[in-house]
Amino acid sequence: MRIEYTGLSEIQGSLVALEGVSGVTYDELAEITLNNGERRYGRIIKIDGDKVVLQVFEGTDGVDMEHVNTHFTGKPITLPLSREILGRIFDGSGKPLDGLREVFPDERRDINGAAINPVSRKYPRSCILTGISSIDATSTLIRGQKLPIFSGAGMSHNELAAQIVRQAQTMDSSDEFAIVFCAMGVKNDTAEFFKKDFQDSGALGRVVMYLNMASDPIIERILAPRCALTAAEYLAFHHGYHVLVIMTDMSSYCEALREFSSSKGEIPSRKGFPSYMYSDLASLYERAGMIQGEKGSVTQVPILTMPNDDISHPIPDLTGYITEGQIVLSRSLEQKGIYPPVAILPSLSRLMKDGTGEGFTREDHSDLSNQLFASYSAVADARSLASVIGEDELSEIDKLYVDFGRRFEDEFIAQGDRENRTLEETLDLGWELLSMLPRKELGRVSDKMLDKYYKGSE
Amino acid sequence: METNNYYIHGVNGPVITVRGGRSLPMMSLVYVGNDKIPGEVVSANGDTAIVQVYEDSAGLGKGQPVISTGRPMSVLLGPGMISNIYDGIARPLRTIAGMTGSFITKGITLPALDLEKLWDVNIEVKDGDDAKGGMIFARTMESDAIEHRCMLRPDLKGKFIEVKPSGRYKVTDVIAQIVDERGRKTPLMLAQEWPIRRPRPCLKRLPITRPLVTGQRVIDTLFPVGKGGCAAIPGPFGAGKTMVQHQLAKWSDADVIVYLGCGERGNEMTQVLDEFAELKDPKTGHLLMERTILIANTSNMPVAAREASIYTGMTIAEYYRDMGYHVALMADSTSRWAEALREISGRLEEMPAEESFPAYLPSRLAGFYERAGYMETLSGAEGSITVIGAVSPQGGDFSEPVTQNTKRFIRTFWALDRSLAYARHFPSINWTTSYSEYFIDLKDWYENNFGSGFTKMRQQIIDILGKESSLMEIVKLIGADILPDDQKLIIETAKVIRQGYLQQNAFHKTDTYMPPEKQMIMLEVILYLFEEAKKLTSRNIPLNQLVATGVFSALYRMKFDLGEGQTKDYFIKLIDDSISKVLEGNE
Repeated sequence: MRIEYTGLSEIQGSLVALEGVSGVTYDELAEITLNNGERRYGRIIKIDGDKVVLQVFEGTDGVDMEHVNTHFTGKPITLPLSREILGRIFDGSGKPLDGLREVFPDERRDINGAAINPVSRKYPRSCILTGISSIDATSTLIRGQKLPIFSGAGMSHNELAAQIVRQAQTMDSSDEFAIVFCAMGVKNDTAEFFKKDFQDSGALGRVVMYLNMASDPIIERILAPRCALTAAEYLAFHHGYHVLVIMTDMSSYCEALREFSSSKGEIPSRKGFPSYMYSDLASLYERAGMIQGEKGSVTQVPILTMPNDDISHPIPDLTGYITEGQIVLSRSLEQKGIYPPVAILPSLSRLMKDGTGEGFTREDHSDLSNQLFASYSAVADARSLASVIGEDELSEIDKLYVDFGRRFEDEFIAQGDRENRTLEETLDLGWELLSMLPRKELGRVSDKMLDKYYKGSE
Repeated sequence: METNNYYIHGVNGPVITVRGGRSLPMMSLVYVGNDKIPGEVVSANGDTAIVQVYEDSAGLGKGQPVISTGRPMSVLLGPGMISNIYDGIARPLRTIAGMTGSFITKGITLPALDLEKLWDVNIEVKDGDDAKGGMIFARTMESDAIEHRCMLRPDLKGKFIEVKPSGRYKVTDVIAQIVDERGRKTPLMLAQEWPIRRPRPCLKRLPITRPLVTGQRVIDTLFPVGKGGCAAIPGPFGAGKTMVQHQLAKWSDADVIVYLGCGERGNEMTQVLDEFAELKDPKTGHLLMERTILIANTSNMPVAAREASIYTGMTIAEYYRDMGYHVALMADSTSRWAEALREISGRLEEMPAEESFPAYLPSRLAGFYERAGYMETLSGAEGSITVIGAVSPQGGDFSEPVTQNTKRFIRTFWALDRSLAYARHFPSINWTTSYSEYFIDLKDWYENNFGSGFTKMRQQIIDILGKESSLMEIVKLIGADILPDDQKLIIETAKVIRQGYLQQNAFHKTDTYMPPEKQMIMLEVILYLFEEAKKLTSRNIPLNQLVATGVFSALYRMKFDLGEGQTKDYFIKLIDDSISKVLEGNE
């Protein structure tokens, strides 16, 4: 028997309350039918005796207290899944946006997912080459990793993400890969940019898109990454795909979370964000990984724009504590016209130590990467000294560092957006630049490696 | 006995209101709803009780039953915990994976121990022996490295009767009875339950006189932590907190390691599992996993269980301490625990204090850190718990409440530094802002074990680093070239100390762990060069000549050369040769 409750007792923002309800459970999906026949969906977020609070995904515009019928479905929110989602475009809650029919599901999955048992995880070790020197050499992306791009408004993070998608390949290229693209509160132009780029590179047939635009309801923005990751897990651990998930923009997601939290009247934490934002972000980011005995993997590249380029803002800060490293873009490199403007020093890949070097990439990879970090950080000291006493007054060695820094940025970091460097090219270029410096300055590299790769004079 | 019919009245995230009776004890364990998910009673008001549940509350609804156990949250302690991995409320994750596959499902109730496994037990008491709480009555080899000593529950007293002979038993087999003065009998098993929030008793606290030797130069030499002491590692993300924790878990000279992954990454726990199953303890030659217990509440696992996880870890640590072991508890990260506290406090609509953390944050932190200590146990042995807590301050700002309150209850502070991490100086422990209050207590131990004169050498190293940091202020403005030679020498030596000594490569085969005697050699060699070079400069011989011989940069690599068997004499000779070469040139 279908039970419908008529009327509401309270409407506040995207929340509505009903009284006299029984037999429902927390997190259950509800269908709300408006007077004009429009159907909306909601989720139970609080039960207090007979009173139930619902969060309405599409917002409460046009809803009145009397002429509304609510039906509880008895299930949590599930996403219909089958292999045919590849090539499709959906909205933030998983409804088709491409004018095609609903997915005929092989399976329906709860979008909240479940935590991977740490015992069942497989430690990620196989590296993904992006053909971008500043990533491959010093912040290598590993399959199954979550490696966000920390950017700022107006920087070229979208171009970088698109280039990663175009060029990403593993040592073993026979594996099947798929891309899940999730847009949260981005402008239409951004979504179009990615769509076109996927189309041009012929990847569109392997892409699933979940799009929530800047003007779409915020509740759907909170659902969008959950739908995307559910689809990614399904493709990875049911069909064995290696899935790369691009999520943009996490800052809009967090702001939606804040808006929703304040509408619930919760006690705010730093900068008004809810105190559970760490757990909430973790429930998304931790869905990356590999599982023992499964062929596929989920790799995440979330993009976030740091408000006012501030890396200590709660959004990048909490993200950095959860993700396995970060690729930070620098406005000063961007202003020098360097693409991709990857700031080498704050960028980090926590998993690269176990997926690079002998047996994985090339024997000198880790040593070289450590040395590039160390030498480039000495460049910063030399430059700040030069800004006080002038470059001419610098000691010989500091002058060498300044020259090294200049060439490192112009030749190593900078590359074309269609330029796909092999790992060999990247590493050799790194050695060529390091050879500008005297051998005794290279304290991070073993003598064996220096004998083999160092080309400078003693 | 249970006459009340408790049921769910309301659900708000992990906070459940329960009605139906007034006799739910505070902090007792309940099973909530049709899925029977575990929870704890956190407050009561009239006929309404508030329960926090340890799993996702989706699927709970009004009217579903709540089962009271009447007992506090407890963990079953006994043989079989070593090498195991548990969730925040001590459910074995390997067994769960066997039952439900790769993803964790809800409503599983499992004891911490394997109830079916048979242990070779050596029973050491006989009928009529006096029984006293905490005494050891049986032993069994739990792993190659750890002998499990079964102790009497601290509250039991009387005489042993019906003692079974040594042999193979399960943890819940009754192997004896305790009869007290009034003739009441209590069956005795290998396993015992203990409430996680109650500290296990011991005879008395002893002073801290021995360090936890870690093989990490910056820690052992400059900022040691005593066995039974507390240390905190605060640092922004990417500064290497987890790396330091892993290094200590691998190489410190504790007998048992309890590694608590509290709200951190799943892959990190997997990494520990993988690595510790292969690496060997340099002192005993046993696999590291043979002395390690892991507790994992990764950041996407239920938040209320995160709050409980540090107590679960501490209770297990205390249990092994009571056997007479030196236990090191690594908690990574206490900030996640504090945030879990904040999240639940917010749901309970409590009045928030600083940065919306609850006002009782400091007292909870104190309660946790004070469970560490060097103790005489009830059985008369000595055991200790050393607590090493990572702190993840928001934005790397150490003025936030968790770091500040933690500082009041710890005595060793390893401040990790973002700028050192950017320059890939690891471990990125900043030598000017870190401190150890334990060194004074440990001085005698160091003089006897590292070598006499250690205290003086350590002080010299600290002085050189201190002078360097004030000189760097000048160097940043005018460059190093203009400094007089004695100051240049400070800078060159400090560079050797920083690059050659303080930096330690965790991924290098030998450099990852350096035993005390080699640390001592390094100190002696570095200071020998410093003194000899000082003599040169006092004769107005330019320091650049000595630098040009490459002797300073040779010492950068001394740590690797020592690892490959090079001796102290070799380096002393190297220094002497370089000095004579310079002297000859100035004849």
